[in-house]
Amino acid sequence: MTEPDRCAVAISNVSKVFNQGKPNEVHAIEDISLSIGEGTFVSLIGPSGCGKSTLLRLIAALTHPTRGDVGVNDKSADQARLDRDYGMAFQTSGLFKWRSVAENVELPLQLMGWSKTDRKARAAEMLDLVKLDEFGDHYPHELSGGMRQRVAIARALSFRPSLLLMDEPFGALDEMTREHMQTELLDIWNKTGKTIVFVTHSIPEAVFLSQRVIVMSPRPGRIASDIRIDLGERSFETREASAFFEKVTEVREALRFEESQP
Amino acid sequence: MTARDEMAREIRRHERTEATRRTLRRIGVFVVFLVILALAYTGYKAFGQSLDDAQTDWPMIGRVLPRTDDLTMPPVSDIISEFTQPPQRNSDKPLAAFIAEAALFTMREAVLGFAFGVIFGLGIAVVLLRSKWIEQGVTPYLVASQTVPLVAIAPIVIIWGSTSLDWLPFEWTNWMSVSLIAAYLTFFPVAMNGIRGLRSADPAAMELMRSYAATRRQTLVKLQLPASVPYLFAAFKIAATAAIVGAIVGEISGGVRGGLGRLILDFASRYTTGPSRLYATVIGAALLGLIAIGLVTAAEYLVLSKRKEEPLAL
Ligand SMILES: Nc1ncnc2c1ncn2[C@@H]1O[C@H](COP(=O)(O)OP(=O)(O)OP(=O)(O)O)[C@@H](O)[C@H]1O
Ligand SMILES: [Mg+2]
Repeated sequence: MTEPDRCAVAISNVSKVFNQGKPNEVHAIEDISLSIGEGTFVSLIGPSGCGKSTLLRLIAALTHPTRGDVGVNDKSADQARLDRDYGMAFQTSGLFKWRSVAENVELPLQLMGWSKTDRKARAAEMLDLVKLDEFGDHYPHELSGGMRQRVAIARALSFRPSLLLMDEPFGALDEMTREHMQTELLDIWNKTGKTIVFVTHSIPEAVFLSQRVIVMSPRPGRIASDIRIDLGERSFETREASAFFEKVTEVREALRFEESQP
Repeated sequence: MTARDEMAREIRRHERTEATRRTLRRIGVFVVFLVILALAYTGYKAFGQSLDDAQTDWPMIGRVLPRTDDLTMPPVSDIISEFTQPPQRNSDKPLAAFIAEAALFTMREAVLGFAFGVIFGLGIAVVLLRSKWIEQGVTPYLVASQTVPLVAIAPIVIIWGSTSLDWLPFEWTNWMSVSLIAAYLTFFPVAMNGIRGLRSADPAAMELMRSYAATRRQTLVKLQLPASVPYLFAAFKIAATAAIVGAIVGEISGGVRGGLGRLILDFASRYTTGPSRLYATVIGAALLGLIAIGLVTAAEYLVLSKRKEEPLAL
């Protein structure tokens, strides 16, 4: 894979302080700079509370930096949000239980004023992509956790944003389903060529999925290491290759080194 | 059709028969309790009567507990047979027909009042949603509004309705004013539960809407209103009975004829010549309330079962 030339996400000297000046002040993120090339799959990993979700929400312009700048696709993060440049998926699928699976996928399209026929066609296409084409008329409560998560991904992709922000989307799934979903996500990434920023707690997951793993230090969150992963085309064998284990070890040690720092 | 669909269909069918059985059982239990109530009433009456016959003047009855003579407590059989008897000398229309006609009249007022109240209550809830500041400022006034007695408002509304609304494209009649009086009672639970329901939307879902750059109105219509539906139905159950009470009281204090309120007033003023007529009419009014609650509960079931949600407790 060639090094991309355009920046999908440009974070420069960003700090985030919650409840500034109050007794419950929290320095969540301290002076982070990071640029993510277009089409890259990047994972954020780090101990709980180190600011991974906060960083993702800063990119999404759902919260704003105390200091520094966040740019998405060469504009401000806020403008990118208004332009619907990114899709989001969280740990919980966040499907609307009063909408059928297809209607859930159609939600962003509806908000953007698409016609009914276009919406239906796109939703069918997206459900096909996540292999849920038979379940369009079902309601969320009739699906398993993994299926719901796939619907959430289909919803995030439905309006073809160039950037996909995912916060522990597979966190609540069992190991088998999780590996299956990882393969499917890579499949989607290969087909669509999106930029993906992926938050996870799982080292093997980060290594298996990403081209870059960003290891963050405990609070206040900083970037501890930026590890490149070159494992080529992923397959079932990748998980058992020694190169894979070497990278897993490298990330683990970077994490441990950070935790042991004062 | 896949085996999965087949199974889902089977489960849905099962759930439907379950729901029907639950409804039938509820009605059965209700009837059993009705019989128990009638038996208790009759038993108490017989007990009091036997004390009378034995000339023992047991001090509780007639002083603390109600007297058991036929004027205070007409026999159950009298009340039941009263339904088939004509209440007026010059016509042979049975009382049941009078009650039914009056109940329909009152129901019409109550339904319109319910609709006014729901629209008004939801409108208030949406305005209160704008800010905590508005909510804190306005809520005390809403609460205070409910302590103003209806009998004080009724004549004002009736007079206002008959004198000030002549600009409307249709004729504003007194029963519509009674609907407004009923709406005065119904908007309150809808507004209070409505604001709670609108705020009950999942914060993650709210954030999702923000990530789509959804407008305030889109968020309201696509997320907050649907999320408030279980809360609204809980409010509708209170509002449905409140609408009927409001309509009856509105009729009585506004002097509007044609409904249950007027009928109750008439029979109450002629109580000594036929106490069981009043009893029968009150039973009719109670039945109307049950029908109203039943309709709301059925609608609630239809809406919520689709999304697999339990009704909120009242
Ligand atoms: N809205 C908020 N108000 C106040 N503090 C917050 C807020 N959001 C996050 N924080 C604080 O910022 C820090 C980082 O939180 P964040 O959710 O980004 O961590 P995280 O790395 O995603 O953790 P986890 O792995 O457990 O999800 C935490 O200490 C948290 O308490
Ligand atoms: Mg998090």
